[in-house]
Amino acid sequence: MKNVLEIKNLKKIYHTKTHETLAVEDFSFDVNDGEFIAIVGPSGCGKSTILSVLCGLEEKSDGEIKFNSNTKIGYMLQQDSLFEWRNILDNCLLGLEINKTLNEESKMRVIKLLTTYGLKDFIYSYPDNLSGGMRQRVALIRTLATNPNLLLLDEPFSALDYQSRLAISDDIYNILRKEKKTMIMVTHDIAEAISMCDKVIVLSDRPARIKSIYNIELENKSTPINNRKDKNFSYYYDKIWKDIDFHV
Amino acid sequence: MYSLEHIKFLKKLKREKLIVTISQLAIFIFFLIIWQLLADLNIINTFIFSSPKKIFETIVGLYKNKNLFSHIWVTVYETIISFSVATILGTFIASLLWWRKRIQKIIEPYLTILNSLPKVALGPMIIIWFGAGIKSIIFMALLISLIITIINVYEGFNSVNENKIKLMKSLGASKYQLFFKLILPNSLNTIISALKINVSMSLIGVIMGEFLVSKKGIGYLILYGSQVFNLSLVISGIFILCVVAAIMYYIVSFIEKRVLKKRY
Repeated sequence: MKNVLEIKNLKKIYHTKTHETLAVEDFSFDVNDGEFIAIVGPSGCGKSTILSVLCGLEEKSDGEIKFNSNTKIGYMLQQDSLFEWRNILDNCLLGLEINKTLNEESKMRVIKLLTTYGLKDFIYSYPDNLSGGMRQRVALIRTLATNPNLLLLDEPFSALDYQSRLAISDDIYNILRKEKKTMIMVTHDIAEAISMCDKVIVLSDRPARIKSIYNIELENKSTPINNRKDKNFSYYYDKIWKDIDFHV
Repeated sequence: MYSLEHIKFLKKLKREKLIVTISQLAIFIFFLIIWQLLADLNIINTFIFSSPKKIFETIVGLYKNKNLFSHIWVTVYETIISFSVATILGTFIASLLWWRKRIQKIIEPYLTILNSLPKVALGPMIIIWFGAGIKSIIFMALLISLIITIINVYEGFNSVNENKIKLMKSLGASKYQLFFKLILPNSLNTIISALKINVSMSLIGVIMGEFLVSKKGIGYLILYGSQVFNLSLVISGIFILCVVAAIMYYIVSFIEKRVLKKRY
């Protein structure tokens, strides 16, 4: 397997008028093609910062980020941020419009994605008419529309209620596996991390440093919902739980 | 087919609406009757307070002299011009301020001062600069509605959800794309409600302008009436103004509904 991404000694400092905050330090990690990776850590430790830096929304302070030459990034946020004045199809075409690759062919691909993943009847609906889980699925397809191979998901399910959350994480897992994507996901939900990913990176409290990395080896690797019932699941859960410094 | 209960429910809604409308009309008619009665019984002095009958006669007189609609037209014309210019120019300037945040920071105190300044104070100066004509009136109305448009629309631009901006940036949007694909369409609601405020602001400005300089228009009618102590003319002018203001407001509301309906 080849590396999609190599990160060496990544460092990020935030500046404000009165403060200088070290958010991430000494973060080194390689990502292989097709891997699903979760980053967990105490809240406010700087998990999301790593994704923001990776996709270029923020500049790194120091360190090295090396992408494989044909890596294309897709970024998905916690809020679906669908535009209320665009219908579902037009929302999904946003990325193509922006990088000026919208043509009949790419449009057909997006329509196919929407059809494949159960949104056929909603192509011309407006976001207001969709449930939270469906909106999140639309947000994923909007991210997939530009055909990225590396997906960065920033707490993609935390705005949803528990039921939809389980269902949609199953959905999204299947979509990403089927489309053979590589994924890095930031979450505060340990169970979600173990059930969806191949590797879990545990970060320390701020400034975020890598505390431990777990290769998740389950007896019967299956979909996220089934993975939660696996024998080894609780083993990892306990381990990671202990690794995270919780402050109450 | 609706169920019986639903039909009942609809009937109730309809009845409620009818009661409200009838009551609204009744208040107006009741007011007119009392006024006329007081005038007929000589309890109020019709020279000062006029009466519905006299006002009606005044308006009919204006109509017969072929003056009524030319006065209304002048005022409406001036309002439409200042309203359109204020909306377009205001949105444009607000866009500029959004585009170059630094300009916004620099001119902010000036905008605030201009906004809180009672524009009528500038009247005498405006007359000297633009002459005693329609230019002065439009400029006056523009001053009143332009600044408030800039401030409202700019605030609309800035209240766009941070996450949506982040999304656009993560998709690699340029500033141009960010503005035309997100900021502007997202602010359409704000711009339209600014239009509603603008109609009345422009009308206020136009009447103020007509008070200062004019030979025609509803403002002129009112001012002229007070100068010759014809209170029937003054109140007729105010009445016509009410009607014109209401019509213009409803036209903008109608446009608003149409635009919003088209979007969703």
